[in-house]
Amino acid sequence: MTSSTPTSTIFLVLRRLRTPLIVLILIFALSVLGLTLVPGPPDANGAIQRLSFFHSVYFFSYTATTIGFGEIPYAFSEQQRLWVTLCIYLSVIGWAYTLGTVFAMLQDKNFLNAVAVQRFARQVRRLREHFFLVCGYGETGRLICKALDELGYRAVVIEKDEAKVGDLELQSYSADMPALCADAGEPDTLLFAGLTSRYCRGVIALTNDDSTNLAVAIAARLLAPALPALCRAEHSDTVANMASFGTRHIINPFEQFGEYMALALHSPAAYHLLLWLTGLPGTTVTRHRDPPAGKWVLCGYGSFGKVMTEALENASLPVTIIDRSPPVDPAHHWVKGDGTGADALAAAGIREAVGIVAATGNDVNNLSIVVTAHQMNPGLFTVLRQNHVANRALFDAFESDFTMVPSEIVAHECLAILTTPLLAPFLAAVRKADDTWAEALLQDVTSRFGWDVPAVWSVAINIAQAPSVYRLLMRHETRLKLGDLLRAPVTDRPDLSCRALLLLREGDPPRLLPDEDQEVLLGDQLLFVGDETARKELNLTLFNAHTLKYVLTGLDSPGGLVWEWLAARRRKEEAARR
Amino acid sequence: MNLEKVIFGFFIVFAATLNFGFFIGEIDNPTHHDIYELFAAIVVNLIATVLKFGDRTQIGAIHLATSLVADLQLLAAAMVWGYAVHVDGTGLTAGVMSSIVSLSGGALFANVISVVILIAETIMQRR
Repeated sequence: MTSSTPTSTIFLVLRRLRTPLIVLILIFALSVLGLTLVPGPPDANGAIQRLSFFHSVYFFSYTATTIGFGEIPYAFSEQQRLWVTLCIYLSVIGWAYTLGTVFAMLQDKNFLNAVAVQRFARQVRRLREHFFLVCGYGETGRLICKALDELGYRAVVIEKDEAKVGDLELQSYSADMPALCADAGEPDTLLFAGLTSRYCRGVIALTNDDSTNLAVAIAARLLAPALPALCRAEHSDTVANMASFGTRHIINPFEQFGEYMALALHSPAAYHLLLWLTGLPGTTVTRHRDPPAGKWVLCGYGSFGKVMTEALENASLPVTIIDRSPPVDPAHHWVKGDGTGADALAAAGIREAVGIVAATGNDVNNLSIVVTAHQMNPGLFTVLRQNHVANRALFDAFESDFTMVPSEIVAHECLAILTTPLLAPFLAAVRKADDTWAEALLQDVTSRFGWDVPAVWSVAINIAQAPSVYRLLMRHETRLKLGDLLRAPVTDRPDLSCRALLLLREGDPPRLLPDEDQEVLLGDQLLFVGDETARKELNLTLFNAHTLKYVLTGLDSPGGLVWEWLAARRRKEEAARR
Repeated sequence: MNLEKVIFGFFIVFAATLNFGFFIGEIDNPTHHDIYELFAAIVVNLIATVLKFGDRTQIGAIHLATSLVADLQLLAAAMVWGYAVHVDGTGLTAGVMSSIVSLSGGALFANVISVVILIAETIMQRR
């Protein structure tokens, strides 16, 4: 058994305290026994008195605990005093030893760990809200936790690095996030963190280590098969391994960015639309320059470099690669050298190029590459790979056209999948659609909602998510149009500032951008984009029957049986008068 | 052979034998029941209890439970003794003595269970 089981703390304490306790008992027993045997002063008849067990225990109890009432029940004889002196020193040694052991134990790493695990498991057990299990509180984990907190979800965090756990405690989240410093790759840890809890809504594996993410994926697959698992994977063999046992969502930041790049080359508007819809809450998206067609230069042919080369070549743009290693792929135009130096860049033909991709694993080198290249050819389109969020200030200062931050890409993708499941099919449609359609849609939504990242949410017309609409439709009296539903429950019922993007209906193909006249049926799933107020007001309509009635008819219905009855009577009287 | 096991077995058996030594004799005759033997029984029982701390197995739990029962009974016997002699002042009458000895008899029973478990555990291990 390891010390990581939560019940073990008390046993650990008891086991450690065994020797000191026995020492204390022995000292106590020896002293008391001696006190009953040592001859005391003679009594009135001259007979030698001895302390009884009762008096010995009493005397020794107050002496050993340093209370020291004095010599009770009578002044001691010299022999007794000699013995008591010995006893006092013995008891001091006994206490010192016991207390020393206790304090040493309180400082002990194993013990502290056992206590922390127990406290964490208890916190998770007591959670009575839905939560996400986040493994790895690195740069991505921090972004995700922040976003989940803003969206009103709880998170339970497992992180291996103690400093990062400490950092989490310093963040001012609105809800308390239980965090444990442990290896997420161990199934026991995942179980303590509530993997099998019925409040767990999903597992997100974001550690820097692919094998840990893989371990989390397989643990989630076996222990909680129904739970969506989102796993970050940077190597293609990990991706293949995860896919082999059916991991629901595998996120590879490099491939993701490669797709973005391909989309930006193919349809800039669709790219911006995607960026705008999946942005982190509370951020603003800026419109980029569209990547130009022409000759490109790429520095650093690693896993990211490979993906980018593919994306560029798929758009039939010629790519020249600069790498320190000799050519691995003879099909490409290859310059062996250091991209940070002007020589290699000149050899790669930077002056005729339209764009440069700095894709090495080193942030400083990447910046050096683009700065040098920019001096040689100021019109270059720059794509920068940023490896660490900590270097943001430098990257912001350079103002590259695209910056690839793996942690942010993973965070965007996770949030999109977790919070709005309908977004994925819509984005798939956006990726496939032609540029004019995407441009028109982008113009429409950004002129209405601005470039700030909007609220994107999905609604299912069922008893759980829209009880008032569900009851209305169950009566089969009225036909409900989407446009009628999207009104604010305030005077004059203005249109809500939101727009339906997608309607999914069982058995039908997905309807993109359903219009106002679209009928809403039971079981429909809708994806909306808009502002936070619209989301709240629509929610009110969906949950409250009175609000729904007001939104549909403009009539304020009185609440409560008595008022309903009075209102019905008044209506009848009015009808009779007419 | 394992020194820890020797010490463990020693204290459990010793607690039972001391307890038995105090218990044996006419129940209401103070001369048959020595106070030092009761004292020794209490001390050895307490040590046996502490030795049983920290074992998470089912048998370990029963071991600890029997020892706690024996401690309780013996301490109660000692308290009755001290109360009768020092607080109440009735002295060691036949009635007081029989209640002390019967309490220690209860402890003896718990100690016997402890010894039985010890033997059963040993037989189960077969080595």
